[in-house]
Amino acid sequence: MNSKTTSSRPERHLTTGLRVYLLRHLQVFFYSLGQLSRSPFATLMTAAVIGIALALPTGLHLMLKNARQLSGGWDGATQISLFLKRTVQEEQARRLANQIRNLPGVAGVRFISRREALNEFRRLSGFGDALTALEDNPLPSVLVIQPTLAASDPGKTGRLLQRLRQYPAVDIAQLDMQWVKRLYAIMNIVQRGVLVLAILLGIAVLLVIGNTIRLAIQNRRAEIVVMKLIGGTDGFIRRPFLYTGFWYGVFGGMIAYLLVTLSVSILAGPIEKLAGLYQHHFRLTGLDAEATLLLLLIGILLGLGGSWLAVGRHLREIEPA
Amino acid sequence: MIRFTHASKRYTSGFDALQDVSFHMPAGQMAFLTGHSGAGKSTLLKLIALLERSSRGQVFVNGQNLGKIPRWRIPYFRRNIGIIFQDHQLLFDRTVFDNVALPLIIAGYPQREIGRRVRAALDKVGLLGKEKVYPITLSGGEQQRVGIARAVVNKPPLLLADEPTGNLDPELSREIMTIFEEFSQVGVTVLVATHDIALIETLPYRVLALKNGKLHYDSDPSEET
Ligand SMILES: Nc1ncnc2c1ncn2[C@@H]1O[C@H](COP(=O)(O)OP(=O)(O)OP(=O)(O)O)[C@@H](O)[C@H]1O
Ligand SMILES: [Mg+2]
Repeated sequence: MNSKTTSSRPERHLTTGLRVYLLRHLQVFFYSLGQLSRSPFATLMTAAVIGIALALPTGLHLMLKNARQLSGGWDGATQISLFLKRTVQEEQARRLANQIRNLPGVAGVRFISRREALNEFRRLSGFGDALTALEDNPLPSVLVIQPTLAASDPGKTGRLLQRLRQYPAVDIAQLDMQWVKRLYAIMNIVQRGVLVLAILLGIAVLLVIGNTIRLAIQNRRAEIVVMKLIGGTDGFIRRPFLYTGFWYGVFGGMIAYLLVTLSVSILAGPIEKLAGLYQHHFRLTGLDAEATLLLLLIGILLGLGGSWLAVGRHLREIEPA
Repeated sequence: MIRFTHASKRYTSGFDALQDVSFHMPAGQMAFLTGHSGAGKSTLLKLIALLERSSRGQVFVNGQNLGKIPRWRIPYFRRNIGIIFQDHQLLFDRTVFDNVALPLIIAGYPQREIGRRVRAALDKVGLLGKEKVYPITLSGGEQQRVGIARAVVNKPPLLLADEPTGNLDPELSREIMTIFEEFSQVGVTVLVATHDIALIETLPYRVLALKNGKLHYDSDPSEET
């Protein structure tokens, strides 16, 4: 009896079999899309929930990225002030400045003599007259050291600072912008927070899709029973639901992209204006091609994963009786 | 083709739907399965289609011990059996053509072949003109014939029918039986469960009767049992 049925089976011709298999996949691919478009409102609702859940961590990640870019500009502003002992003569100080200029990791050294320091202080403080009354200049000479860009991360500047402290002529060595360091620490914490949030929201997306697919399975119970009765494999029955999950992931990812891009375009203007007030040129960056692709990919993976979970749990429960 | 050896079925409720049933049905035979309501007719058919598994004894189909078929192989096994139900089990959101084509799609036939075979099957049950309509617009007899077309479209060597004429008038019932006879004549093994004693008495086929889960009467026992 088997010879009769197998002889007409297409699997005998491997290439035909493969072509048919791919064609079936393509058909289910578009069939599931068609099914979703039959109830556009419900589909859109689910996709919007997924989109918002994906947009939140994506937006936060983008904010962090921008903040890092901004603080990258401030890294250059990290500088070390060396206040020399008051006993150090100007000639001696200039020699020290030249010496430091040749150290690795140092981009430049500006020498401020005691006189210059006093003049500057007068100009800036408004205590001009009070200072003229003093006979002696109370201010030390200062060397302002600019680390190279490569050496401007907190660890390397810290080491440079230690080294500069060793010079006997140095009274106080002070790293300006300690807060850059703190900012980095804060950003690292925020980054972890975003990661945790992303994971939680990813799980939420998984559950939303899983639940949606579960309802779809229940709605098509009769169809599943018939499929099983006439020899549909689990893989065959599973396929349209997996593609449905896939589409939810795609749509969710697309909505997330739109939401994030919209938010960026709303914020870009005011932020540029704000940066302008600080004489800082800054452009808010949006999602680049790579990030967009990643967002879609994550959406798709969550869509497939969610439907896989639902299908695995609920398909077995439906058996013809 | 079908062999039961001391097969019993106890449902999880504890009810013994079949007890120690043994018989053999050679390939190409046509037979009726009768018995009172609750006698175990549907249960027996379910054991053959692996919709249920026997709790004791063995069931063989085409030499295969069904107890040895793992779950994942059941779909492939069922493709060799055409099953017809009293309630048709048609999909009402698909056309007649799509309903009948389903077993072929599942088995991965190429498109050309599907069209040809579906039309051949519909022709055999006299519904060639109805391929584009939806089953809901058909009469009960026509729906049953769509179910038969679907069951035979991939030319299975074994046909099972569970009260295929349950809701039909005598004339339509007669027609359905004629269709089964035609399949039997081309070598298909056919087992039909039915209440309709009046109808089967007019036909020259083997009758197996169940009573309270036991094989109570066999008009034509096969020697090979
Ligand atoms: N899934 C089940 N769980 C428990 N008991 C069942 C189950 N299916 C059937 N039964 C019982 O097994 C017995 C035989 O049922 P079966 O459906 O095989 O009878 P039948 O001969 O087909 O009857 P009918 O002519 O009414 O269709 C019945 O008493 C029924 O209540
Ligand atoms: Mg029954």
